[in-house]
Amino acid sequence: MYRGSPGMLAWVLHRITGVAVLLFLFGHIIETSMLGLGPDAYNRTIEIYRQAWFKPIEFLLVAAVLFHAGNGLIVMILDFWPNATRVYRRMFWIGAGVYILVLLPVAYLILGKVVGLR
Amino acid sequence: MREAAFRTGYQERPAGGLPLFLWFYIRVSALAMIGLVIGHLYIMHVINSTDTIDFQFVAQRFRTPFWRAYDLLILLFALSHGLIGLRGILDDYIHHRGWRAAAEAALWIVGIVFAALGALVLFTLQFSPGS
Repeated sequence: MYRGSPGMLAWVLHRITGVAVLLFLFGHIIETSMLGLGPDAYNRTIEIYRQAWFKPIEFLLVAAVLFHAGNGLIVMILDFWPNATRVYRRMFWIGAGVYILVLLPVAYLILGKVVGLR
Repeated sequence: MREAAFRTGYQERPAGGLPLFLWFYIRVSALAMIGLVIGHLYIMHVINSTDTIDFQFVAQRFRTPFWRAYDLLILLFALSHGLIGLRGILDDYIHHRGWRAAAEAALWIVGIVFAALGALVLFTLQFSPGS
């Protein structure tokens, strides 16, 4: 469990984002299967995604996927290059920086319209 | 290796058998999905948006087998990767043998049902030329 080091925080977040994305995937598969019921049923279902209240969830979803992917890459680097543990902290902070930089345009694209930026 | 596990809590590479296979599979599917999912997010949220995607959009997209295959790959990789990951989490909390077997069976059933539901649409959906 989380005991204060960046690695433990990353590990907890990896689990939380993994489970969250899996739960969304179940919903996404059900929603996509509505295609089989025809245009009206499908369009009515994905109306959810157009609601303003869904946009923060959409942002969190993309943020969760990107965190899981980025942290997963760091885990694989540690797996296949054991010496990387010596630079783990540096990898963590560089990764965190890149992550924040990537999230800014994502936030603009998804949340920009809701808050009237675009 | 031990230090990495100490610092991050992730499972160390198993010695062999099914655990080792799953350990590799998680990583291979992860690498595959980094390309597939980033592409998916870019197409759906950057080039397009959830404000404009509708049945018509999907109908256009599914006209080529390429995108059906693309989506099938994501579906199978994401579902299996997620359920194997969840299996690892459940193993941390469920120690009773019988409950573990029950959880494993439940994961298989969920996996098969959702893979079938997703694949059904990808394989069978037909669009009339007018739609």
